Amino acid sequence: MDLDTLLSFDWGTMTPEFIILGMIAILSVADLFMPKQVDRKVLGWAGFAGVVLALISLVSLIGTETTSILYDTFRLDSFAIAFKLILLLGAALVMLLAIDYRTKDGLEEYKGEFFYLFLTALLGTMFMASSGDLITLFVGLELLSIPSYVLAGMRKRNLKSNESAMKYVLNGGISTAITLFGMSYVFGIAGTTNLREIAQVFGGLSDPQHIYILGLAFFMIFVGLSFKLASAPFHMWAPDVYEGAPTPVTAFLSVVSKTAGFVIILRILLSIFGYIPVPQEDGQQIPLLFAVQDYIAFLAGATMIIGNVIALRQRNIKRMFAYSSIAHAGYILVALTAMSFVTFDAIWFYMLAYLLMNLGAFAVIQVITMKTGSEDISHFAGLYRRSPLLAVGMGIFILSLAGIPGTAGFIGKLNIFMGALMVDQAHYVLVSIMIATTVVSYFYYFGIMTQMFFRPAASDEKIHLPIGTLVVILVTVIGTILFGVMPNLAIDFMHSNFNQFVDFMR
Amino acid sequence: MDFNYFLTLLVFSPLLGIGLLAFMPKANESGIKMLGVLATLPSLILALIAYFSYRGGHDLANFSEKFRWIQFGGQGAEQSGMFSVNYELGIDGFGLIMVVLTAVIATLAAIASFHIKKEWKGYYMLFLLLEIGMLGVFTSQNLILFFLFFEITLIPMFFLIGKWGYYEKEKAAYSFLIYNGLGSAILLIVIMVLFSRTGTSNIEMLSVMMNTDNAPLFAPVSESLKMGLLIALLVAFGVKLPIFPLHSWMLRVHVEAPPSIVMIHSGILLKIGAFGLIRFGMGIFPEQFAELAGLLAVLGVINLLYGAFLAFIQTDFKMVLAYSSISHMGIVLIGLGALNEAGIQGAIFQVVSHGLISALLFFLVGVLYERTHTTTLANLGGMAKGMPLASGFLLAGAMASLGLPGMSGFVSEFMAFLGLFEEMPVLAAVGTIGIIMTAVYLLRAVLAITYGNAEREFAGVTDIRSFEWAPVLVLIGLIVLIGVYPAVLSEPLQATLETILMGIGG
Repeated sequence: MDLDTLLSFDWGTMTPEFIILGMIAILSVADLFMPKQVDRKVLGWAGFAGVVLALISLVSLIGTETTSILYDTFRLDSFAIAFKLILLLGAALVMLLAIDYRTKDGLEEYKGEFFYLFLTALLGTMFMASSGDLITLFVGLELLSIPSYVLAGMRKRNLKSNESAMKYVLNGGISTAITLFGMSYVFGIAGTTNLREIAQVFGGLSDPQHIYILGLAFFMIFVGLSFKLASAPFHMWAPDVYEGAPTPVTAFLSVVSKTAGFVIILRILLSIFGYIPVPQEDGQQIPLLFAVQDYIAFLAGATMIIGNVIALRQRNIKRMFAYSSIAHAGYILVALTAMSFVTFDAIWFYMLAYLLMNLGAFAVIQVITMKTGSEDISHFAGLYRRSPLLAVGMGIFILSLAGIPGTAGFIGKLNIFMGALMVDQAHYVLVSIMIATTVVSYFYYFGIMTQMFFRPAASDEKIHLPIGTLVVILVTVIGTILFGVMPNLAIDFMHSNFNQFVDFMR
Repeated sequence: MDFNYFLTLLVFSPLLGIGLLAFMPKANESGIKMLGVLATLPSLILALIAYFSYRGGHDLANFSEKFRWIQFGGQGAEQSGMFSVNYELGIDGFGLIMVVLTAVIATLAAIASFHIKKEWKGYYMLFLLLEIGMLGVFTSQNLILFFLFFEITLIPMFFLIGKWGYYEKEKAAYSFLIYNGLGSAILLIVIMVLFSRTGTSNIEMLSVMMNTDNAPLFAPVSESLKMGLLIALLVAFGVKLPIFPLHSWMLRVHVEAPPSIVMIHSGILLKIGAFGLIRFGMGIFPEQFAELAGLLAVLGVINLLYGAFLAFIQTDFKMVLAYSSISHMGIVLIGLGALNEAGIQGAIFQVVSHGLISALLFFLVGVLYERTHTTTLANLGGMAKGMPLASGFLLAGAMASLGLPGMSGFVSEFMAFLGLFEEMPVLAAVGTIGIIMTAVYLLRAVLAITYGNAEREFAGVTDIRSFEWAPVLVLIGLIVLIGVYPAVLSEPLQATLETILMGIGG
């Protein structure tokens, strides 16, 4: 590749990534040379500024023509922009939480690392959103995974944190191997790693043997990637890792990393497996993606049931939210199963709503667990007396997670239901499971409510909120309510700027 | 007169009270109580204006308002008019009556809430939120908006029961939440199936679309699906009403919730079940409803007898009234099952009449409990000596409830049975046993309280005083008014009834 070709690329499309990359370089060097006694908080704020800057540059890219550079390995289409918006917004809020995070078990000395590892993981997710090639997709995936493993074990003198990092690495390794195995079949048959070219080759497939192997490849890739979603069958790591990891990392895993998981699944599934023709008994051909719909539906159902039912028994708030996040992955899989024309809309909106409500909840959890040093749900008792703002905020997040109207979570669920019911073979069973498990979730969600509002507090000490956490809670409360009452702000924005993601494969 | 934002103002005016209450100092008890009552007045005044301007010849269609709210599915869908959910409020005669009833009972219950002993601020804020939900339910013109308001009533009720109730309040609150959560979950499935397959959630459009052949639907709706949806609706609203095997939550709520909240609950919330059945069941699926009419009538008679017999053996006055509510809701079902003009009119009359009567009786329960701290029949007795006026009103309420001519209960029961005797004379004859039983159990309970031997001395009890006069007089006045001049209800109802009957084809 000579200089002319290199310069001919429209590098402007990568501005957000460059900003994050530059910030990582600056932060790591600064952390190295800064004297030990200087508070690393300033690095956190710098990192936050970097993410915000990247967000601004991304917003300025909205409306640009669909472009791809570096021989179609990096694409800037509306899908990439839409999901990068969510990833960056989530990362910005997580950074704020991380700045305020204080713990006694060995994190303080490594606080600097904490911030640039976050940014590295974020960079990985952004590449995944923009990739047009299996190689870059996989590199993005690993760029997200490896810092995440380190982050999970950041509380170095905490046994659970170490355990969580270990479990995360082992599970992650296995799942990555499975994914890669699946991808190798795809490459073997297509002879290329470029998604678009793969789609072209697969469109002309007729040998049933090939299709059979690709069916196998589909299951391997899907199962491997379900690790990132924390959905069945690769959900078992979530409770242990969520419990052991520092709270901001848990928030990151449950929101940003999960979004990235859906991004890569959508990229691979739709652009590859949506084009493989599978002959049916009646002589017609349907895409492989539709032929395996029942299996995805089964996994979605299992995920919702496992998440919501096991959450009932949890006393540890972070474990409870781990199962809750498994359940929410199941809800989004319902949208994926349906494959209606609102699937993208539904997933995007649900991710946005989920980001707001879940990060808000984790902000409150972080405040409470830092204050008491324990993660037992009983420490929420009497929160309403100690800090009405926190209690009402948490109440709103919980209502939204439970899908009560008036909150963003409800509109998200509505969108998913709509997609699942509007297709010709309506998914009545799946929708019924989703609604029934939602009612089951009332038990544990309202259990927190009971603690906060009905039970007396152990101490009357008021809770002081650090500025970053306060901002997170305010932003998420306002967002949750606003998108619940006037969802059109988000939905119209999506439709006018991303035009139904029609340029996804172009 | 310009009615552009009239209904929005009517529904959301309690919001003003919530806002003002937020700034009241917590300890200012009398100020909060005054403000709480005052905040219910704007809705009441507007509701009365609506009623009288309607009587003065205004067309109710003038009250309708409609704004673009949510557009699912992008521009393509918007151009074809599909999948948009508008914010649309409107009332017909039935809605108008329910709105007036709600506003009246809400104000009176706010006055009855003076008996509340703690945390008045939170109480009144939730109370006003509950009022918004109820008013919204009766005015919303599309199913999704209806569901939104329907669920808004759920959350304040959970807190009002769980925090301000009696001994087993948390259990009652959970029982309320889960039963009603399941009910709304089923309702949501029905709503979403209709919305996804027809592309609209407007009630009027749905009524037309479901009953014309070759209506432009997004996806087909088969006859068996319609029947399934109607049965689901029956279960969903059956929980609310409640219909016989689904009633156990409602007993707990009646016993454990504070009396002022039971006034609302028994007076209005239960009636949403009847409202929904008439509005959606009869409105959208008239043919299928006609097929189920026999079943409804049987269920009605079961409710009537079951409630009446169990009320007879209760030892707690609140339980007597709770079973009496079940029994009286049976009459609503009987009226609907009759499926003719007299029957349906009787059912709607019963909805209003029982709303007023049970509000009155539970207000008196509150008055009694305030003075004696018991509602067990065995502990009460001889109250006529200490509080002759309250005892008199109690007797009057019981008379109204058992259907004494000249009071509202008589009109509704008479019409409902008149309707049923025309269609199913044998069943109706069995049902009349329930009417006799009603007289028996009510007189037994009331006489045990007012006369009989006082087991304990209630020497210092005072009779009805100051603020307690208002609810008693207003409710008795309305009960008698409807009893002697039913036209106050039947005239606004005429148009609604004609539409319903036309749909059924009877």
